[in-house]
Amino acid sequence: MDYELSNLRALEAESIHIIREVAAEFERPGLLFSGGKDSVVMLHLAVKAFAPCKLPFPVMHVDTGHNFPEVIEFRDRAVQALGARLVVASVQDSIDAGRVVEETGPRASRNRLQTTTLLDAIEEQRFNAVFGGARRDEEKARAKERVYSFRDDFGQWDPKNQRPEVWSLYNGRHKPGEHIRVFPLSNWTELDIWQYIADEHIELPTIYYSHRREVFRRDGMLLAVGPFVTVMEGEETFEATVRYRTVGDASCTGAVESSAATVAEVIDEVAATRITERGATRADDRTSEAAMEDRKREGYF
Amino acid sequence: MEMMRLATAGSVDDGKSTLIGRLLYDSKAIFEDQLESVERTSRERGDEYTNLALLTDGLRAEREQGITIDVAYRYFATPKRKFIIADTPGHIQYTRNMVTGASTADLALVLVDARNGVVEQSRRHAFIASLLRIPHLVLCVNKMDLVDYDQDIFEAIKHDFRQFAAKLDITDLTFIPISALDGDNVVNRSDNMAWYEGSSLLHHLEEVFIASDRNLIDARFPVQYVLRPQSGLHLDYRGYAGQMAGGVLKPGDEVIALPSGFTTTIERIDGPDGPVDEAFAPMSVAISLTDEIDISRGDMICRPHNQPHGGQDVDAMICWMSDTTTLTAGSKLAIKHTTRSARAMVKGLQYRLDVNTLHRDDDATSLSLNEIGRVSLRTTVPLFYDEYRRNRTTGSFILIDEGNNTTVAAGMILGPTQ
Repeated sequence: MDYELSNLRALEAESIHIIREVAAEFERPGLLFSGGKDSVVMLHLAVKAFAPCKLPFPVMHVDTGHNFPEVIEFRDRAVQALGARLVVASVQDSIDAGRVVEETGPRASRNRLQTTTLLDAIEEQRFNAVFGGARRDEEKARAKERVYSFRDDFGQWDPKNQRPEVWSLYNGRHKPGEHIRVFPLSNWTELDIWQYIADEHIELPTIYYSHRREVFRRDGMLLAVGPFVTVMEGEETFEATVRYRTVGDASCTGAVESSAATVAEVIDEVAATRITERGATRADDRTSEAAMEDRKREGYF
Repeated sequence: MEMMRLATAGSVDDGKSTLIGRLLYDSKAIFEDQLESVERTSRERGDEYTNLALLTDGLRAEREQGITIDVAYRYFATPKRKFIIADTPGHIQYTRNMVTGASTADLALVLVDARNGVVEQSRRHAFIASLLRIPHLVLCVNKMDLVDYDQDIFEAIKHDFRQFAAKLDITDLTFIPISALDGDNVVNRSDNMAWYEGSSLLHHLEEVFIASDRNLIDARFPVQYVLRPQSGLHLDYRGYAGQMAGGVLKPGDEVIALPSGFTTTIERIDGPDGPVDEAFAPMSVAISLTDEIDISRGDMICRPHNQPHGGQDVDAMICWMSDTTTLTAGSKLAIKHTTRSARAMVKGLQYRLDVNTLHRDDDATSLSLNEIGRVSLRTTVPLFYDEYRRNRTTGSFILIDEGNNTTVAAGMILGPTQ
């Protein structure tokens, strides 16, 4: 026996340690679950962390209403199979209640509106720790964020005033009204996630694998034709073999042309790709150099 | 594939960002859209070259000011290893960020400019690496292209640094002459320095032996969480969940629980995929015992004949990290050590250390931001700890300000107060 853990098993051990630490120190944690691959892996790890006990906290989906039906079907099935409690926080409800105003125009997206819905739901559920599936390799602002990311009364992240995070000693102390966002997958890369999905035979929504879909090209991305996107003049629709690398609001998440139909084929593709997943498929990150930092300051995931 | 954590420290002038950029680029961990974005921003800023520092300086304030403020984590992999780089700022005002990055590192990369040799900053970085007990240190003598790849210059720097390092506790020290800008000795051995017979930096990073750095002798299991199903098929199950902090534990082993002092036997150990034959650091497991004894979060499971220190009076080196308060004798703080939380009072400050000269100031009465010193603490409950030099997990702690809840110090235990 060489007493060595592989990269994936070391990451798994670290994530489970973080998840258990939160369950031990916080009264009311919640886990954000979108049905995207990272949140699926995070939920899988949370279930392992507490086996054979049930998950000691609920799962929450911030639902923009602009969904891929495959993902919602998957979400409900996955949560039910685990016997977990699902809370759905709906952006539509926030719009109806006048908390936010729907963007208009062909490029309208509900992406930014999610922040208000999320913060309202955290308050309503009285969550004091919220697990998110964000990874540091995704984006340069995220590369700077702590595993335990402190949020003030307004849910804001202050990147210049983060608590030092040394060894694996996490400081979750906070006052009423404040909360901690916790990122157990901080040190995982996109490739790690896919290799773990392969190792563990984890099921994902089908849109992660290649399929035929009617799409059109906008800003160098392939957007799916559907009820939430307005095809503008001059934009041509066509059918293509695509898959999704990320799952977000259907109005701003692009597909990539791909014939990768199995986990093994996706791993080959991810290992060879020269474009980041957010760069390839997320219009929300393209607005400016600091788009993610700005949204995170406001309380985004 | 094994995982290795690196810590780098330095300023833009050392070529640190260029070096990291090169490692990432040559291992294909930089993507085209990231590079395009960096090229575009460099052009807009009027930089004459593609500024690879923009890849790691992820915050708006960092890009605006052209400095690294906080730790950034970067990832790359070769067929042999996956690497996590904690890229930290080098300036003295960011010592706490350097400590943060160094706390979990297996290897420290310290850069010196071949033209300037060993300067105050390089000595400080080496000291912090040794204080945090990073097992391996690589001194990269960068910008060799600017000194005509002169072997004598390299040897002189090596000699200088060795003299300083003799005062530190560094177990494995390696010197590599490089040019990060041109890639000499970064990924491949350089033709420009035929006199250099060692490995390229990347080859060294892939090959340096880190498995033996872990303590496999002293079994330590801080209890994190108690798993006790409330319903269903597993009503009889009771597992003590946690992450192994040292040594090896197996089913059938006799163990003692601290502080209760009860001994019992390990019945089973569950890993993430069910029962395992052995548990060792850093595995996250759940341990079931044959006897029902009182154990809760913060307790320690270990072997009866190999126990950690237990006590309320400890001496430690600490790095003070608060920019609003100072540490003085009598300060009362919250302490988190392994999974145990308590309160601590500073009984005394023995000395403050000058991180540049290693001079001990015995007359110091306080520690402020980024200052390092030796303190005696008394805690409200006993801690179960090892010397930091023996175990980085059971030998470390953080101090927390009870007023504003921020983490104000990182501590490394020296032993019981004498």
